[in-house]
Amino acid sequence: MEVSSAQVVQAIYETLYMVGVSLVFATLIGLSLGILLVVTRKGHILENQAVFSTLNPIINVLRSVPFIILLVAIIPFTRLIVGTSIGTTAAIVPLVIYTGPYIARLVENSLLEVNAGIIEAAEAMGATPVQIIFRFLIPETLGSLILSITTATIGLIGATAMAGAVGGGGIGDLAITYGYQRFSTITIVATVVILVIMVQSLQSFGNVLARRIRRK
Amino acid sequence: MGNGPSVLEASITTHSPIGIQNERNTSVVEFHDVHKLFTSKEKTTVALKGVTFTVNKGDIFGVIGFSGAGKSTLLRTVNLLERPTSGKVIVGGKDVTKLSVAELRNTKKDIGMIFQQFHLLETKTVFENVSMPLLLSQTPKKQIQDRVFELLSFVGLTEKAKHYPDQLSGGQKQRVGIARALATNPSILLCDEATSALDPETTASILQLLKRVNKEYNITILMITHEMNVIKEVCNRVAVMSQGEVIELGNVLDVFANPQTETARNFVKSVVPDNIPPGVFRILEANRGKSRIFKIQFIGEGSGQPMISQVAKRFKCDANVLFGNITELQGIPFGNLIVELQGSEPEISRAYQFMLQQNAIVKEIL
Repeated sequence: MEVSSAQVVQAIYETLYMVGVSLVFATLIGLSLGILLVVTRKGHILENQAVFSTLNPIINVLRSVPFIILLVAIIPFTRLIVGTSIGTTAAIVPLVIYTGPYIARLVENSLLEVNAGIIEAAEAMGATPVQIIFRFLIPETLGSLILSITTATIGLIGATAMAGAVGGGGIGDLAITYGYQRFSTITIVATVVILVIMVQSLQSFGNVLARRIRRK
Repeated sequence: MGNGPSVLEASITTHSPIGIQNERNTSVVEFHDVHKLFTSKEKTTVALKGVTFTVNKGDIFGVIGFSGAGKSTLLRTVNLLERPTSGKVIVGGKDVTKLSVAELRNTKKDIGMIFQQFHLLETKTVFENVSMPLLLSQTPKKQIQDRVFELLSFVGLTEKAKHYPDQLSGGQKQRVGIARALATNPSILLCDEATSALDPETTASILQLLKRVNKEYNITILMITHEMNVIKEVCNRVAVMSQGEVIELGNVLDVFANPQTETARNFVKSVVPDNIPPGVFRILEANRGKSRIFKIQFIGEGSGQPMISQVAKRFKCDANVLFGNITELQGIPFGNLIVELQGSEPEISRAYQFMLQQNAIVKEIL
């Protein structure tokens, strides 16, 4: 039995929905955690040993759990947040928890690239910590942050393939249920092509945007 | 030494480069027994050991020392980028170590700072970089625009307003740094090795600009450097630092004329060499016994070369300048001449006596 084009459209929609919504929340969480990881470290503008040494291992633990395990392990938490543990929306909670810490690490790496001298200049001007973050650190690394989020989004697309485990649907699920389990080569090929196009255009979009901001 | 020192004092008061007579004792920055320790797990490093001195209004005050002398740490205690372990740093009458966070932020707007590596925002245009300190204090847009263009015209970069830092030369970047530091109209400018990353020609033009900042905006400048040339070009007062301590302090002319410590002597020599070059030594060896050699150190006009031509005229001996180095300190000639006098012994002795009575320090060296 072959898939209908309506099913493909539905799967694309589900994937975009999961990626889009998860990305928004994961970016908000990742950006905040990433900034915290940078500014609370030793010698930085809001040095705070307690916050840094709590946050750091938590992010490491979350980053170590394979997504398929995380997906199942946090089912009670997912039910608490969205009221259900099955379906596309339910897949978003683990996707956010999986991607947020990843973005946090990427953001951390980007922000650490900022020359300490720039921060010193900002402090000499009498900038507040909030001003240092939003007027110096983020603008100086915006290009690199956009590339980081592009990378994270691509990882997110990969992770949605496993969302089928909780009935999340999406292109990956289509590939597994129709292509793999029902031996439909055409479905496999079609889904792979769709995914390649998605990833490819996303990466190009990210590159163009980052280049604009870095104005080369 | 003769009457050297009195000449010095006279020169300083009449040649003061910035006309600070009226306010010369108004202190802008005071360091009182400032100590700074850096403690890490392995060891404690003493960066500052009881530094005490005062920077007066209108000064271009230079702190010189080798790297590791503590001058960079000292500079950073003024705007509390480094908090002293003990001691007081008084800026505009207030001890900065006692200020609240908000008060400190306000005080910082009165202290501009420029850096060796400029520290400009690479993703912002020249205009945006200069306007940054004003944006931080919520200045109205129109006001920012006027102020930024005024400053860019002052530093000579009006046409570069829309350029990005990576399109500028080192000298231009430092000009942007200076414009940015002046944006909030500070009364003090801190310069952290501001010319050390620049070539000699660019250094000279940046130093001229700093002189204008001092004169035209009446901004007191505190600069640190490891180049005696910078001190020579612009400073009126200098502190020599070594291993966290100020080992010599005074007017630039005094320190140049009469350095008390080995470190200071070496710094002075780096700008005004007084070693006899090897080539001259060979001539001396060849002429041993036939002539006498004198070193003449002179400060101010009416000494030095006119004296030598007088010696040649008044006495029956030939004056031969073997080596000379003349430079200007705050518009006053300053230098060393090594002169060979040839002639009969009594004539040379009389010439020597004559030279000793002039406004110069004369020493027989061979």
